[in-house]
Amino acid sequence: MVSSEATGNEPPGEAGREHPVAIQLTDIVKRFPGVIANDGVNLTVRKGTIHAIVGENGAGKSTLMKTLYGAHKPNEGTITVDGEHREFSSPKDAIAVGIGMVFQHFMLADNLSVWENIVLGDEPGRRFRLDVAEAHQRLEALGESFGLRVDPDALIGSLGVGEKQRVEILKVLYRGASILILDEPTAVLVPQEVDELFASLRDLVSNDATVIFISHKLDEVLKHADAITVIRRGKTVGEVPDPSTVTPSELAELMVGSELPTPETRESTVTDTPALELRHVTARGDDGRDVLDDVSLTVHRGEIVGIAGVEGNGQSELVNAIVGLHHATGEILLDGTDVSGWSTAERRGRGIGYIAEDRGKDGLVMPFSLWENAALGHQRQEPYSKGPWIDRSGARSQTAEIVDQFDVRTPGIDVPVFTLSGGNQQKLVVGREMTSEPTALLAAHPTRGVDVGAQAVIWDILRNARAEGLATLLISADLEELIGLSDRLLVMLRGGIVAELDPTTVTPQDLGSYMTGARAGTT
Amino acid sequence: MSRKFLRALIAPVSAAVAAVVISSIALLIAGKDPIEAFREMWKTIDSTQSVTIIINNAVPLYISGVAVAIGFKMNLFNIGSNGQYLLAALIAGWAGAEVSLPPLLHVPFVFLVAMVVGGSWALIAAILNVTRNVNVVISTIMLNYIAIGLSAFLLSELFRDEENGGLVAQTKEMPASAQLPPLNALFEWFGFNFGEGVELYGFLPFAIALGIGYYILLNRSRFGYDLRLSGSNPEAALSSGVNPKKMVLITLFMSGAVAGMIGLPYLMADPDFHKYGDAFPTGLGFTGLGIALLGRNNPAGIAAAAIVWATIERATQRLGPIGVPPEIGRILAGSFLLVAVIAYEVAKRRNDAAATAAAAQATHDERLAAGDDDDTGRGSPDGPTPTATPAGGER
Amino acid sequence: MSVIIPNEEEANADPVVRAWHERPHWRIFLWTVVGVAVMSTARLLSGNDDLTSSGTFGVALRTAAPVALAGLSGLVAERSGTINIGIEGMMVMGTIFAGWWGWEFGPWMAIVGGIFGGILGGLLMSLATTTFGVNHIVAGVAINLLAPGVARFMANELFTDVQGGSVTSSPGNSGDIGEFTVPFLSGGELFGWTTPNIMEWLEDTGWFMIADVAGFVLGVTSEVSWDVILTVGLFFGIAYLLWSTPLGLRLRFAGERPSAADSLGVNVHLMRYTGMAISGGLAGMGGAVLVLFANRYQEDQVAGRGFLGLATMIFGNWMPLGTAAGAGLFGYAQGITLRTNPGELVRALVLAAALGLLVVLAWIVYTQNWRAVVPMTAITLVTFWAYFAATEPNNQLVFVTPYVVTLIAVSVGAQRLRPPAEEGIPWFKGMQ
Repeated sequence: MVSSEATGNEPPGEAGREHPVAIQLTDIVKRFPGVIANDGVNLTVRKGTIHAIVGENGAGKSTLMKTLYGAHKPNEGTITVDGEHREFSSPKDAIAVGIGMVFQHFMLADNLSVWENIVLGDEPGRRFRLDVAEAHQRLEALGESFGLRVDPDALIGSLGVGEKQRVEILKVLYRGASILILDEPTAVLVPQEVDELFASLRDLVSNDATVIFISHKLDEVLKHADAITVIRRGKTVGEVPDPSTVTPSELAELMVGSELPTPETRESTVTDTPALELRHVTARGDDGRDVLDDVSLTVHRGEIVGIAGVEGNGQSELVNAIVGLHHATGEILLDGTDVSGWSTAERRGRGIGYIAEDRGKDGLVMPFSLWENAALGHQRQEPYSKGPWIDRSGARSQTAEIVDQFDVRTPGIDVPVFTLSGGNQQKLVVGREMTSEPTALLAAHPTRGVDVGAQAVIWDILRNARAEGLATLLISADLEELIGLSDRLLVMLRGGIVAELDPTTVTPQDLGSYMTGARAGTT
Repeated sequence: MSRKFLRALIAPVSAAVAAVVISSIALLIAGKDPIEAFREMWKTIDSTQSVTIIINNAVPLYISGVAVAIGFKMNLFNIGSNGQYLLAALIAGWAGAEVSLPPLLHVPFVFLVAMVVGGSWALIAAILNVTRNVNVVISTIMLNYIAIGLSAFLLSELFRDEENGGLVAQTKEMPASAQLPPLNALFEWFGFNFGEGVELYGFLPFAIALGIGYYILLNRSRFGYDLRLSGSNPEAALSSGVNPKKMVLITLFMSGAVAGMIGLPYLMADPDFHKYGDAFPTGLGFTGLGIALLGRNNPAGIAAAAIVWATIERATQRLGPIGVPPEIGRILAGSFLLVAVIAYEVAKRRNDAAATAAAAQATHDERLAAGDDDDTGRGSPDGPTPTATPAGGER
Repeated sequence: MSVIIPNEEEANADPVVRAWHERPHWRIFLWTVVGVAVMSTARLLSGNDDLTSSGTFGVALRTAAPVALAGLSGLVAERSGTINIGIEGMMVMGTIFAGWWGWEFGPWMAIVGGIFGGILGGLLMSLATTTFGVNHIVAGVAINLLAPGVARFMANELFTDVQGGSVTSSPGNSGDIGEFTVPFLSGGELFGWTTPNIMEWLEDTGWFMIADVAGFVLGVTSEVSWDVILTVGLFFGIAYLLWSTPLGLRLRFAGERPSAADSLGVNVHLMRYTGMAISGGLAGMGGAVLVLFANRYQEDQVAGRGFLGLATMIFGNWMPLGTAAGAGLFGYAQGITLRTNPGELVRALVLAAALGLLVVLAWIVYTQNWRAVVPMTAITLVTFWAYFAATEPNNQLVFVTPYVVTLIAVSVGAQRLRPPAEEGIPWFKGMQ
């Protein structure tokens, strides 16, 4: 049973009838400069349920949850918690009525210990004395009762993603929250971890807690949620009180107004000409440990090789070693030439295209104009420069072409790039790398944080380039993307390649067990 | 005047108004009449003679501003330009007086010595930064004090002019071939009258050339692109193939080389000097920091800031007779600077927000609602995860 | 929901068995003994007892205090997220207020005045950096340019028409802050009875190493002025505040991860203002200590100590103990320039440096770190050459000693520095 309109106040379906309403958001409007993130959203969450909020990137899910958590005030609309009308001017107010939130980007200080991160803002002890022993005791007790164990004295920076998430959940439980909000909690987890997470959440819910989680992965939503609210372009477009009544395609239709794009590749275009070869590439991290452990791989012309792995197992270092940003030993061959002694500038000039894993970090320069960003990484080459001078007209006409060809929606090529939406920024990055006609492309999370429209465009670009003979090394946390686009899959674990898999036969579940080291070998 | 230009004026003008208000309050607290004080200030600068003097004084301030702006552009804070120029002026003044060359060679020779000395001194900080990861702010300021001690030592022990009596510590006067004549003749040829005893010093054309060169380097050259890139996003610079160490070395050397020229207007064009000595102006480097910030590291802005600063200095010089402390000028300039940097920041944020809104409007973005949701990254010039570490600022 | 498979090699790895000299506390002890031996040898070889005399250490402590306060000021500011280049200016604000209140109301009020002036500067800077998001270095530079102007204007108003005062100097503090000597150890008084001075006796023996240690102990325990004792106390106080109170935890989060603090309802801007108020107060007190030392406000008496403080903080890796050590090093380097024969002392210090390098060289050979041998030998030889070739430096060169020592210290100091993760980044609500 799908109701296609916001039905916040109507009687709930079978599944929710016995549960009282925990959260009621009515007509929430939230505006930011130039954009309306929430434009009249309604949400009803029942006590003791796991409630999913789905919507594509940029639909306004996070904004809505931050409103509920008091991180910002809505411009319009009301919040009701357990039947009482509330106004939150800070997360403190939300915490006080038992709401806790786990953010998508972990809100943890890497250089501080687990217990410091957890007790912050609600410290045990007196005003002039922080009671460390008490903090340890309370964490111990929490860990015991919820089965969430972390060493309280460990530094956050030394923890893995899953452990960090556990700390985040402990943080919420420490404050006695009965309503948990989790923003894209599964984005960085492998399927097995996702199941474990939901098992823990189910435990909590059976103890009368309420869980709201954000996701855009429809299969896991349908599998784990008791009720679903769909948000699109800042508005509630659907309520599903009983997920067993809907199919993934119905949900997708609600979410984006059409079917979701799929990353399937067509017929193989793989040649046997190696474009990029790595032989025994080994690299050390700052702490002296091997972050890349004797990695050898080959990417042929017309081939997409996918790298799967839990975040932090050497994928970033692999890309950095190939671009020349991370010192590594061993050989890196580009079109048969050993480039391992070359500088980054030389390697990129020779034909290594690079889609950075975080465009805001090193893929784009936010205050620079579009045309200046188009030159980024290619500033030594025509048409962007002539000798020691920047070729403005050359760079500008090239940029205009990129904007045109890759569907970058922008008012012009002179506006600063921060004014563009994430999807358009990413299309600019991908377009920039493609127009330089690289021999090999390193694509790290090419569709992370973009809307489905841009995602479809980027997948098309990668597929077309493959057909034209580009060798692509694809790194992604999105297993569907990896399986769909890749011709071959390599699994990285602790800096080494531990398995080579055939994407036509492997399932996400299988992939997950290889990624965590539960299984090893090659299919 | 274009609207863009007028809009750019809003911030500095409001800062100026605020500075006048703050200074007036200070004067009122001190029991002085601010209106009378400002009237007197205006009288002081309201003459051709004053304008000429202001321009003469603004030239070294301008060079000083450009010197540090080069580093500021890539978040490399060379705050030791003071030491760099003192050492450069001393050695250039001494070397210029020691050699005899025809003017066409002598002038470039003095320039070269000053720039090499200033640049090399700054290069020490650069080398310490790239090899030992020493913070540039710390090393340049330490080198600043070392340069002050060293130049005092060199002046008294090695470069002192022994013939002209031992009382005043100063170098020999540079010969006429190393001096730049005043520009009066040039302007009078156009029918401009300076009045008695007023000289427009001959360094002005060099300062203008410096500004043009700085502009071209920054905005038209690949090096300038890399420099701005390193300043805005050092990580993006790195992965685009810019060698950060090379950038730090070159940029600090250039900053120091320009700083080396700060003393040259006095050394080469001011008839009161033509030599380095105890009377040589100190502190121009520190003032230059303020000028660069006021001028937003932009050559025209720096020129305007230098003139404003020189005007304040000139205007407050003769306040003594009416019982107003001339020190009010330092409050005026200092508060102007502080309010201005705040006003620039506020204006920048407003403009950024407006630009984002305009872009969203203009593209009729299907996903207008996309807004500030976590993952879109739109709307913040600093990017979604601000982790910028200034180049050379790593410690 | 165990998520990360534990790394077995790591879990089962034996704790590394370390040689006794590699255990941390032994290492520190060992190098301290070597340091004392080197200084003592240099003293005996150069025949310059003042190198490690109680007098030198006494002055060193005195000159270290303002730099230490500046370093502590920087530490609090940066721990709470603001890079404070404006310490210099805040110290200037401290000196003018300390000079004024010290002259009007006495030495203790000089300290209060200094703290007050510094807090004004700190809050002003925080207004720019925290509320308006101005680049921290830009704001600091602006404060540094504004503060001397304010001080000069105030001095002109306050001191010019007063006997003994001028636009560059206050008339002098009314009264002395007093000093304290530890009984028995350094011959302090106990209920009116002058106790025996053991350390003085030991120092006078001139024994190898023992006299030097005694000189140090005597120097830092006799006739220590109360403002210096207060400074030492503040190090403990600030360390306690930052690491043992809820407020301290929140302050540190404002520097490490403001968004995390905000997400738990901690007011980040309030924390950053608080940090800057404390930072400004400490800097201002540093100015007051200078005023108490000179017994009056003098223009330009800060002379870069704010920046030196920052350098000592970096040298100390953003930790109080390290900062204090850095300040002590600077204080010693400056202290010897204030003794009767500074040129000779600087030369003896170069000898000590050369001897120290020799020990390090020996260590490098012992540990068979062959790659470092050549450069180290070269540096050692150059230092010895500098000692033998150079004559006594004159005053202008002696003046630069502390700055050179500081520059060398930050260059050779720890390379694995760990500044607060998000210091210097303007933070606003809604940022990640």
